[in-house]
Amino acid sequence: MVDGFLNAAVLFANFVLVPGIAYGAQLALGALGITLIFGILRFGNFAHGDLMALGTAVTILVTWWLQAHGVSLGPLPTALLALPIGVAAAVAVALVSDRLVFRYYRVTRATPVTFMIASVGVMFVLNGAVRFIIGVDDQNFADGTRFLITANGFREMTGLAEGLAIRSTQVLTLIVAIVAVAALFWFLQKTVTGKAMRAFSDNENLARLSGIEPGVIVAYAWIIAATLATLAGVLYGLDKSFKPFTYFQLLMPMFAAAIVGGIGQPVGAIVGGFLVAFSEVGLTYAYKKLLAYVVPDSWASDGLIQLIATDYKFSISFVILVLTLLARPTGLFKGKVI
Amino acid sequence: MSRSDSRMVLWGLIVALLIAVAMFQDVAVALTIAQLCLISALMALGINLQWGYAGLFNAGVMGFAALGGLAATLVSVPPVREAWALGGAGIAAAAIAFIATVAAIVLSNRKMSGWPRVAATLIFAVVGYAIVSHFLAPAILAVESHDAAQTGYLGGLGLPVMWSWPVGGLLAAGAAWLVGRITLGLRADYLAIATLGIAEIIIAVLKNEEWLTRGVKNVTGLSRPVPFEIDLQQEQWFQPLVSLLGGDGITAAAIFVKLAYLVLFALVLAGAYFLAERALHSPWGRMMRAIRDDREAAAAMGKDVSARHLQIFVLGSALIGIAGAMLTTLDGQFTPGAYNPLRFTFLIWVMVIVGGAGSNMGAVLGSFFVWFTWIEAEPLGQWLANAIVAGWPADSLLRIRLLDVAPHLRLVLMGLVLLLVMRFRPAGLIPMRG
Repeated sequence: MVDGFLNAAVLFANFVLVPGIAYGAQLALGALGITLIFGILRFGNFAHGDLMALGTAVTILVTWWLQAHGVSLGPLPTALLALPIGVAAAVAVALVSDRLVFRYYRVTRATPVTFMIASVGVMFVLNGAVRFIIGVDDQNFADGTRFLITANGFREMTGLAEGLAIRSTQVLTLIVAIVAVAALFWFLQKTVTGKAMRAFSDNENLARLSGIEPGVIVAYAWIIAATLATLAGVLYGLDKSFKPFTYFQLLMPMFAAAIVGGIGQPVGAIVGGFLVAFSEVGLTYAYKKLLAYVVPDSWASDGLIQLIATDYKFSISFVILVLTLLARPTGLFKGKVI
Repeated sequence: MSRSDSRMVLWGLIVALLIAVAMFQDVAVALTIAQLCLISALMALGINLQWGYAGLFNAGVMGFAALGGLAATLVSVPPVREAWALGGAGIAAAAIAFIATVAAIVLSNRKMSGWPRVAATLIFAVVGYAIVSHFLAPAILAVESHDAAQTGYLGGLGLPVMWSWPVGGLLAAGAAWLVGRITLGLRADYLAIATLGIAEIIIAVLKNEEWLTRGVKNVTGLSRPVPFEIDLQQEQWFQPLVSLLGGDGITAAAIFVKLAYLVLFALVLAGAYFLAERALHSPWGRMMRAIRDDREAAAAMGKDVSARHLQIFVLGSALIGIAGAMLTTLDGQFTPGAYNPLRFTFLIWVMVIVGGAGSNMGAVLGSFFVWFTWIEAEPLGQWLANAIVAGWPADSLLRIRLLDVAPHLRLVLMGLVLLLVMRFRPAGLIPMRG
């Protein structure tokens, strides 16, 4: 019986907990960027998924170039070396798009919807640009050690029937996400610019009156959002694979995470990211095998005990999003309703 | 230049562009572009109703168009009687159980309050889910495994496919009523995010509920409202037309069929345009604009803002549903995997913004220009890429890459068109009056 519970726990960890944590961290990084732009510039940025794809595509190209020249990080993926260039490219694109597109609407004090439609234009341009530089196909660019713990190794170690595999990209995702989030919170809480950003997000007019320069704040918001987007994109690509259309689709879970957590609330974006990720993974997992370990055989069902078919994975985040908007538009952490 | 002058110039330009395509590429290409321009224009009219008249940002065009496409299969495909015999009873029982569950939840929400309400809702939902899946799961399995390679679904009603156009409108209107009831209280940009999500859910359902739609196995060979080219060539009355249209019988028949579709679509569009214009200039249209411009003031004047929003959301979505059914009729097949938000949602938005929000003529003209650009950007990009790489060595990697990616330039072009129009001509081609 104890073995049964242990096996069930390992099964759950292997198929729900570990993938959920990695996916949640990736979503959280993306949602942080969305929530920052929502909080500071006051619009939902439709181009965020494509900004993520752009940073990742540049990173992949540099990774290939490095691999072709025999550069490697040993057990770590080479993409980490290429990452700064990808981040720089995404930041540059974000700043240029702000200068050429969004600044005008800021100066003319346009409505949030105008910004949003403009971001659709930016989305088209970036979407085309990504396809232009890397094509539409699936790309794998992970190298280095694939597993920290393999399923077989775990079985031999513990003597259990079920294995627990932990991929190195999953651990890497968590470490990078923790470092990035820690740096972001330090920046927002301790530095003068970070405090100014929070003040600007709380009350724009008051912040302007206090002598805070909107241009600087907005530039920082774009730099941070683009950096986090590229990190999220590269980690997602290492963990799974890179495909421009998938990244466009990730926009929805990220929006859901940002809104569930509360717009303009960094903590909310992180919690929202994990909430969406665990809902997706947890609700689409087939619990048949897991239940077989903990309930008597006579109770066994012939179904998969899957709450929602895997095909509806992306729909789950929409349902969460709509429910939040209806029941508690400010989100879990009392974000703003602009 | 007066208003009607600029309209004449723009229409003249469209005709000139289509004639140029007919002369330099192919008559068939020009006719295909014109067909899709008309269908897109109907979708753009729907968005213009919602956005231009009422300020509602509907980013779910794709979902409503796909529902129209679903109507085309459900109406026109002959029913699969064996599948009905195998699974019909189970699916009917599941449907009854579903309706009973929803009714129980709605009733308990009306009658109770506080924590008993939450508890009752949860209990009804869980029990209802169990009962519905008890009936549905085996029925679906039976239907989907019956002759899966040929059918594997329930089929449709076997009616003429033209019936599906109004049915598609009704289906989309029903979905829009549900969606609107849930989301219309939201701010404009939240509404956009919510409708974008709901459209994705609709597509997910159409892709995965194979018993209803055949899913990604697609339904092909839909019946047509116009004769097949092959039969047409045998007809006696068609022979004089061949000499009139020129070329051989095959080309003439193809052109005739395309023209027939074109006329059908044009009639529908003209009807919708006429009604939309009448509505815009009626007291109802003025009320809509009043609500759009200042909803508090309109509400204070006694206008029921949320009911009017729901009304126009349903009307606009119905137009999109009709257009979706027309598109699937034209394609002759329903392919849920082909629906993509860039092409079906955001491109329509570019059409409305370029044409001028609030102006029906603008939406129609915008659709023509944007669709024309969208189609012709591909050969143009190819031609441009070929011109650039003309002198380069054949094995140059950059050359291969450039030729490979040239078609994607049209996305960049569309984005630039949208951004430039928004920035330098925010009222669009045909600015709204009043």
